[in-house]
Amino acid sequence: MTTAAPEVRYYHRFTLAQRYLHGIVIITFLGLAFTGLPLRFSSTAWAQGLAGAIGGFAPILFFHKLNAVILSVAFVAHVANIGYRAVVKKQYGLVWGPDSMVPSLKDITNLFQNLRYFLWLGKKPQFDRYSYWDRFDYWAVFWGMAIIGISGYAMWFAPFFARFIPGSWMNIALLIHGEEALLAVSFIFLIHYFNTHLRPQNFPMDLTIFTGRETEKEWNEKHPEEYARIKGQGKLEELRAEPPERWLKNFGRVVGTLAVLAGFVMLYFTIVSFIKEL
Amino acid sequence: MKEIIHRCLIFLSAWAALFLVAPCIHAAPDCLECHAEKGGPQFKASIHGSLACIACHTDIKAFPHPDQVAKVNCGACHAAAISKVGGSVHAHSSAQPCLSCHGGDAHQILAATDPKSSVYPLNIPRTCGNCHGDKKITAEHNLPEVYSQYMDSIHGFALSKDGLLVAATCSACHGSHDIRKHTDPASKVYRANVPDTCGSCHSGIEAAYQSGIHGMLVKNGDTSAPVCSDCHTAHQISNVQSATWQVKTTATCGSCHAEEMTTYRDTFHSQVSALQYQQVARCWDCHGEHEILPASNPQSKVADANLIATCGRCHAGANASFVTYQPHADPHDGKRFPLLHVASIFMNLLLGGVMGFFVLHTVLWFFRSRAELGAERRNV
Repeated sequence: MTTAAPEVRYYHRFTLAQRYLHGIVIITFLGLAFTGLPLRFSSTAWAQGLAGAIGGFAPILFFHKLNAVILSVAFVAHVANIGYRAVVKKQYGLVWGPDSMVPSLKDITNLFQNLRYFLWLGKKPQFDRYSYWDRFDYWAVFWGMAIIGISGYAMWFAPFFARFIPGSWMNIALLIHGEEALLAVSFIFLIHYFNTHLRPQNFPMDLTIFTGRETEKEWNEKHPEEYARIKGQGKLEELRAEPPERWLKNFGRVVGTLAVLAGFVMLYFTIVSFIKEL
Repeated sequence: MKEIIHRCLIFLSAWAALFLVAPCIHAAPDCLECHAEKGGPQFKASIHGSLACIACHTDIKAFPHPDQVAKVNCGACHAAAISKVGGSVHAHSSAQPCLSCHGGDAHQILAATDPKSSVYPLNIPRTCGNCHGDKKITAEHNLPEVYSQYMDSIHGFALSKDGLLVAATCSACHGSHDIRKHTDPASKVYRANVPDTCGSCHSGIEAAYQSGIHGMLVKNGDTSAPVCSDCHTAHQISNVQSATWQVKTTATCGSCHAEEMTTYRDTFHSQVSALQYQQVARCWDCHGEHEILPASNPQSKVADANLIATCGRCHAGANASFVTYQPHADPHDGKRFPLLHVASIFMNLLLGGVMGFFVLHTVLWFFRSRAELGAERRNV
């Protein structure tokens, strides 16, 4: 008999539904980027090549709309779920507090503390369950989906929407659809990838969103206030989880790496073409 | 009455001519005793087969004749053709310009209606191509390489693949004897004359063109306005149904209408079009093709009153609100498009602001994280 190695304890961070939601966002966001960016930069050779590889404009538009519909359904389901839990189940913690995505004063304080920390002017701030960049990520995607979604559907069903809004707003719809998409693409493929996966502490991949679990050490380092809070409440054991299966971690590594690489390819083309446009 | 007199005169002169020529016919067999090779069946089958030798070799009056005989003057009979050639680009092209085109052998010239004739419609391009498809000759005279361009054009295919006698050949557009430089106002391919030249076959199109702004401008002497060949090219004319041609048309219109093309580039129409998709609005889908009129003209397809019908061709259910869409909006023009202008500034600030801040945030974070990781490792 060998003595057991010091036990690595895992704790739940994300529910299965949240992990699936993130998976849907990965697939549809990449799908939308790969079918939308060729349109945004349609005069470039790479856009025409990519469009040709997908099968031309008709399949591009089809897949763009298909991904959009899937993402829209996920978006509506998410909002409905939050609304149901907050209003019917009276889980007010979703609306306000450390478990909520709603920004608080602490986020602004943390931001300035973090900037001071970056410049060696202060100590690293202590984060609760969600840091300010987590919440920014969430609302950036939320706002982006709303703006891009509404403008997209307005253009998809332009004659119908024109009954309620002036047709000249379709010009604005395409403008903000495209610009907001550029923002979304550059934010996700650059900032989100770095903040969450590629920064030195998490490199090469933070698998929490794929496994739903993180170790006690990770938890305490990344979200010390939450860890201390739960520990103080004596509820640590309620969140105790089995270590993630090896296949699941490998699955997360493969999917995550592919998503990052695909994103970088699109980011490269986007930046090069965007700079050429200026 | 005038017509009848005219016809009688023609008949009488033909009758008189026969009497003049008839005595000569008897002279022919004598010549063939020496020049048998000139009077064989091929000469008999030629358009001049019924003529006597001395009908052309008019300087030969008696036998024996001098060793050196005069050059045959085709103009003695074909005066009109010769005078036209005299004013054409081919006036000095060779010692005997007639033969270059009508077949190399003077004794075997065939009627233009004979399928074997070098000037039979189906053979004309090859005949002209003898020189105009020859790289040495075209280079020497600084001429464009038009033969291969023509053969790959819709006119060339109509001729070579479909065998259409009505297909436009070289001479259909350039004339035959009176070919003149395109810079010569008397030329059939002089800019202002091009619509009439093309219109001699494409009559309906010409009428539409003449009713449009381009045709009106040209008619009023503005030769900077486009004629047929500016949009369709002269020798490489494509099938207008072909996708490759259609996707190029935007740039063609844009070569004059630069600002309109730039603003079109910002639209979904253009994005889709650039991906080689055909079923999307290009210039002429909205503005018309040959009958293009400015929006201020009530007949114009893009006049306010006609927009619902024009947009409705693709967008079923287009209504008065829908057609306020601006197919040529310019986000930089705050006067004409104030809302779009403001939206554009807002989006640029948002994009620049968010990305500017977070890129800086990321860079600072990266270096700080590296430093901290290094410190942790040293402590361990």
